[in-house]
Amino acid sequence: MNQCCGFFVLKKYAALVALSMAILLCVPVSAGAQKTAGDQLTGKLVITGASTLAPLIAEIGKRFESLHPAVRIDVQSGGSSRGVADARQGLADIGMVSRAMKEDERDLSAFPVARDGVCPILHHENPVQALADEQVVAIYTGKITNWKTVGGADAPITVVNKAEGRSTLEVFLHYFKLKNVDVRAQVVIGENEQGVKTVAGNRNAIGYVSIGTAEYDAAHGVPIKLLPIGGVAASTESVAKGIFPLSRPLHLVTRASPSGLAKDFIEYAQSKAVHDLIRQQYFVPLAD
Amino acid sequence: MISSGSNTLSRWPTDRLLLWLLRGIATIAGAIVLLIMVFLVMEAGPALRHVGVARFFTDPSWHPAEGFYNLTPMLWGTLFAMVGSVLIATPLGILSAVFCRYYAPPAVARIYRKLIELLAGIPSVVYGFWGLVVLVPLIGAIHPPGPSLLTGIVIVAIMILPTIALMADASLTNVPQQYMRGAVALGLSRGATIRRVVFPAAKSGLFTGVILETGRAIGETMAILMVCGNVVQTPHSLFDPIRTLTANIALEMAYALGDHRAALFVSGLVLMAMIAALVAAADWISHGRIYG
Repeated sequence: MNQCCGFFVLKKYAALVALSMAILLCVPVSAGAQKTAGDQLTGKLVITGASTLAPLIAEIGKRFESLHPAVRIDVQSGGSSRGVADARQGLADIGMVSRAMKEDERDLSAFPVARDGVCPILHHENPVQALADEQVVAIYTGKITNWKTVGGADAPITVVNKAEGRSTLEVFLHYFKLKNVDVRAQVVIGENEQGVKTVAGNRNAIGYVSIGTAEYDAAHGVPIKLLPIGGVAASTESVAKGIFPLSRPLHLVTRASPSGLAKDFIEYAQSKAVHDLIRQQYFVPLAD
Repeated sequence: MISSGSNTLSRWPTDRLLLWLLRGIATIAGAIVLLIMVFLVMEAGPALRHVGVARFFTDPSWHPAEGFYNLTPMLWGTLFAMVGSVLIATPLGILSAVFCRYYAPPAVARIYRKLIELLAGIPSVVYGFWGLVVLVPLIGAIHPPGPSLLTGIVIVAIMILPTIALMADASLTNVPQQYMRGAVALGLSRGATIRRVVFPAAKSGLFTGVILETGRAIGETMAILMVCGNVVQTPHSLFDPIRTLTANIALEMAYALGDHRAALFVSGLVLMAMIAALVAAADWISHGRIYG
């Protein structure tokens, strides 16, 4: 499991980025200076906002820095609203917003970099093929506690919820208009992989994880199945197309139309070169 | 004994150097604990100021995103998991050490000891993974949902077993040979010797073992996180899922901000207090001679 690495990542990002920059700046002065003489990019970018996006942007930032050694990218998390506010006030060069842009945010230029999709998963031997939104809500609020009620076997439902603060939880609660206080769960998990393992080991469990993880595991023989939402099959493809309801766009925003370094970085973050990083973070790259 | 009078010290500057080196190292070891305490209090500070100490015990639930910070269910979870696993592991560990030292043929005892040492070396995430894919479905078949206090107790008991088994084995080895010979001369049976001579003589070592395993049981995180279900509730049966304080920190640290993050440091502070209470209790019970 990849859990240990995830824990302290966020808070330490600023420090990590600074550290890697320090190394990049100090060591290869003689070796790198001539080679990159033609590289005009220098300076520092401050990027703040959604904690969902921060790990991804920090990874992209690291790769960008290694391509342009004179650039420093400082990523700080603090929520989408901070991303919007900082970008607007110029406290940050770029803001990170992990949702669709609102009406009153038209003054900002927004650039989607990826999508975040979440889907319910069941054990593959569970006869239930689909659940209506109301049924999912009833299961998660403890009003339906037996699979029999929704057309399954006569067995108690094990509800798997996510730990507080996780972006998958936010997407899930937001779509089903639930409050976490009302959720009656039997298991609370952290990482996506843990959710998959829990459901794979319990045929009466229902959980939800990032679509990227679920699709990968289901394709590699883990006994889970992805439930459709609102009649749309759960797949990275439908998320990329933007038709899967339980998903949201991840944006980079700037105050004015971006120029210079910010423009280059946003273009890089939207390019195919970072699709592997996007998948690593269980997000879905945008369709071309 | 080597005499260490001032004469010897002044004649050998290396001795003086060593003395200062050891003093320095001892200071560092002590300072680390104090630094951790200071750091914990500083990081927990915002939550203690904004939320107040009382609310960590009186809030309706633990939902930091909605501003509820009740730690008591997790305190109970930690305590139950700890007590349960210690109750299982202690007799198993001590009795296995007795078997190993007094009943097993030497060849078997050697292999057995190696196996226990191996058990001590397995990383906790491996135990957790095994618990998640084997033990959880097994217990889930008996009484759903599966991830529960019981699973946690069993996994932690297995994890702390080597600690107590090896400590007990070492302290039984240290029982002076003349005690054993005296018991034989008195015509005591092997069982009576172990109960009446060996156990009283090895008491302090066994007690140290119990303290160490309890400490490990409180601190265990990864395996507990994977098998306990992590639902914040005071358990009413062995089959209820629980969340421990350590699992709480590990689960929510990555995405916690502001007061939520500070509240996790309060969890850490509470854990620290539990360990301090454990050490104090141990000290009190053994009259200041835990490690003697």
